[in-house]
Amino acid sequence: MSDFKTDKYSVELKNLNIFYGNFQAVKNVNIGFKKNRITALIGPSGCGKSTVIRSINRMNELIPNTRTEGEIIFNDFNILNSDIDPVEVRKYIGMVFQKPNPFPKTIYENISWGVKINGFKGSRHKLDVIVEKSLKDAAIWDEVKDKLHHNALKLSGGQQQRLCIARAIAAEPEVLLMDEPCSALDPVATLKIEDLMMKLSEKYTIIIVTHNMGQASRVSYETGFFMVDENKTGFLVEFDKTEKIFVNPVNKKTEDYISGRFG
Amino acid sequence: MITLNKDHINNIKTRNFKGKIWYIVFISSAVISIVFLSILILSIINNTFGIIILGLKYNPETVSPGKPLIKNSRDELIKLLNDYSGIDDDFTPAMLKTLNNEKDLSLRTEKDLYMIFFNNVLQPEIIRTFSLLESVFNKNIIIEEYNLNKDSYPILRMEFKSWLNPGLFINTQSSHPLLSGIRTAFFGTLWMVFLTVLLAMPLGISAAIYLELYAKDNMLNRLIQVNIYNLAGVPSIIFGLLGLAVFVRMLEPVTSGQFLRFLFKSGEQTTLNGRTIISAGLTLAIMVLPIIIINTQEAIRAVPSTLIDSSYGLGATKWQTIWHHILPYSFDRILTGTILAVSRAIGETAPLVVVGASTFIVFDPVSIFSKFTVLPIQIYQWTARPQAEFRNLAASAIVVLLILLLTLNLTAIILRERTVKKRV
Amino acid sequence: MEYKNLKKRVRVNELFINIILFVSSITSILITLGIVFELGKESILFFKSGVSILKFFTSTEWQPAIGNFGILPLLNSTLITSLIAMLISVPFGLFAAIYLSEYASDKVRSIVKPVLEILAGIPTIVYGFFALTFITPVLQKVFGEDIVEIYNMASAGIAMGILIIPLITTMSEDALKSVPKSLREGAYGLGATKFETSTKIVFPAAISGIAAAVIIGLSRAVGETMIVALAAGSGPNFTFNPFRAAETMTGYMVRISGGDVGYDTFDYNSIFVIGLLLFIVTLGLNILSRHIIKKFREVYD
Repeated sequence: MSDFKTDKYSVELKNLNIFYGNFQAVKNVNIGFKKNRITALIGPSGCGKSTVIRSINRMNELIPNTRTEGEIIFNDFNILNSDIDPVEVRKYIGMVFQKPNPFPKTIYENISWGVKINGFKGSRHKLDVIVEKSLKDAAIWDEVKDKLHHNALKLSGGQQQRLCIARAIAAEPEVLLMDEPCSALDPVATLKIEDLMMKLSEKYTIIIVTHNMGQASRVSYETGFFMVDENKTGFLVEFDKTEKIFVNPVNKKTEDYISGRFG
Repeated sequence: MITLNKDHINNIKTRNFKGKIWYIVFISSAVISIVFLSILILSIINNTFGIIILGLKYNPETVSPGKPLIKNSRDELIKLLNDYSGIDDDFTPAMLKTLNNEKDLSLRTEKDLYMIFFNNVLQPEIIRTFSLLESVFNKNIIIEEYNLNKDSYPILRMEFKSWLNPGLFINTQSSHPLLSGIRTAFFGTLWMVFLTVLLAMPLGISAAIYLELYAKDNMLNRLIQVNIYNLAGVPSIIFGLLGLAVFVRMLEPVTSGQFLRFLFKSGEQTTLNGRTIISAGLTLAIMVLPIIIINTQEAIRAVPSTLIDSSYGLGATKWQTIWHHILPYSFDRILTGTILAVSRAIGETAPLVVVGASTFIVFDPVSIFSKFTVLPIQIYQWTARPQAEFRNLAASAIVVLLILLLTLNLTAIILRERTVKKRV
Repeated sequence: MEYKNLKKRVRVNELFINIILFVSSITSILITLGIVFELGKESILFFKSGVSILKFFTSTEWQPAIGNFGILPLLNSTLITSLIAMLISVPFGLFAAIYLSEYASDKVRSIVKPVLEILAGIPTIVYGFFALTFITPVLQKVFGEDIVEIYNMASAGIAMGILIIPLITTMSEDALKSVPKSLREGAYGLGATKFETSTKIVFPAAISGIAAAVIIGLSRAVGETMIVALAAGSGPNFTFNPFRAAETMTGYMVRISGGDVGYDTFDYNSIFVIGLLLFIVTLGLNILSRHIIKKFREVYD
């Protein structure tokens, strides 16, 4: 795996349109997410940014009557194609959710379960190694190493979220989707997750949805700004390097939003 | 401009008064269910205990001094039978000889010998039974009745009897109320419940998983769902008719066990028709299936979507998600729902009458192809008899049935509480 | 870099499981088809054997021995027992529901609700015993033994009424509770008393949900079997006197099938005809009730 930053795309959205029944939630989204970079998607609530991120590993189709049109290119596949297996996609594109959602099992099992269902057939010792490495990579090892077999729900919110990150990276994905991962956390826990994201971006392509503009400006390399039109359909207003978006946006609406004039 | 004059004040007064009267009506209606329940339970207990007047030919204490008659050994009982035969024409040595020829006395069980002695020598006859309330408050009537019969029987006894006693569980059906018990019915109920759960639970849970997690919103699946709701409202006796036509009649070679006859020892247990435990279990399984499906669907719906998302997010397949997360999470609730459905099956009578639970049976069921009876059927038969003493037996069987149901429901409540705690 | 294959793969076990689950859910359709088929088949045999449909629905005598098959006596006593049950359960059930929904404190609810659950969970055979050993003697004491027969429709009807109270209370309470708070506040704002708000505003607003509850209750009463089998008496009898014995449809079915009935006899076929009629009536009532509830939910959800 390459460790140096390139401008190669890991995931590309081409002309993405998403519908819930007859309602169009998102229209004409075109974004390239660069490899080993953090890309932030920001915008007012209800602008479709979560819908977009959930379409990248095809989680949207778990909601009945959802329809996704356009292309999502990942590893030369259009993963929206009907011959693509969403289960396989999710092995390579991991996800961390808004609310920390560890399984009601032990910390160890939380990590090992995902590894096992993804076809791991090694020894118990090898599994131990993977669990330890994932927890270390997620910067939570020191806090939980003595209670690996305790219930994960006993951890604090911030710890639970880092456990969820550890769980996601244990499967060795290529892309990590983070849907407002800090919205349920306090500022200290948020800071820890942000540090962790910076570190993880050396290995993974990270796409993060956030309503916290400070967070977007602190961690991301590029930022996309979403809004809704008169039909409540979300669309991409502007996409550029994060500094550009925050310092000198092209679009007036972006500027209004960034400076807190609406939303 | 409104001014409060006398009329207004009166008006408000009458309105408030009306409200108060109706409040009393409302609260009485709510409380009356407690009254009904209390009366119901009291009326059953009232029939479970009470004084009986019993006529006997001999006094059991003088027949078997020092220990209860039933505790005697086989040899002692045979000796007693010999001693008491020939005293009068009721029980002659010739009759004893006939019995001996039917089956050697020394090969018979103690219980068998006891029953011969009981029916032929002691000849107890319940002259009248009284309810608990009568026993406590109407002593005079009882004594009157006692005196009235004093000269008609060699021994006349007036004793307080609990119809709910160990004998109830030991004895099978009998034409004599003092020898009757629920043993066969109790085992029949256990067998049938076991079968019902075994058949209905996997099927119901599978169907619920399909409807909640797999079914797309199309005509067929909507039809299945509506059909389940409608089935849940079909009177139980209709399921009995279906059971009679399909399981008892059409599938008779299977449900009678004839296709497996080479495996079983032929004997009194073999029935030549399909009126067997398996038919009853299948019928009740079909009856509770809609309830189990609906309850399980609700349990699955209560699983948080975050849990499901995190499983899919890791690349789990649908079944991995269901098996490892959805089912374990909702299991307590599914079990609670199933227990409630099973309680219904335990108390159900009508469909079993239709599929032909046996009216008189003295053998414990030994396989799913046995003839059977169950507690509610036993209660039904005893209640339907004209003699009051069988009503007492019915009442005591009801107590057993209600305790069984209460135990099950308490289990369900405890499970529910545990689930609530686990979630916090 | 490893080659990632994201193409769909056939997961045999998942497919297999999917099929098993689908077949399980189809079972319920098979059950319904089985009921319709068997009841229909035997009914056709019944009418083919010479019973005229017109006479079946109009004759007031049911005497199979002399070839008289008029459903009216059975239908009549089914309706009378059900009517008595509704006369008991509707007022008590409704008033209790109004109390629980509008007046009751949490403490009272925590007592009354479990009692209702217990009442609803007691097997109907126990209610039958209760009707025969308690209600009938009480009726005989009140109205005289020469007026009230040992087996009578009134006693069965009253026991059924008690059985159905929890059902009507629970469903009506749900309906009353789903009336929006704003409606109540509006009434209070106009100076209505609590009683006026409950009965003139909340009650009418919930009327369709309550109607659905009453219909379901009626369906329960029509299909109820063991209470009438024990307490209402055996032998068809065309009478409107609730203190007399008269067999209901379900009572007839229990009596006939309880006596080891031979296949393909008139008796055997007749219980299926009556079963079919019962099935159609209760199904109709249930569908009507569900339809009303659906309409009701559309208004407030």
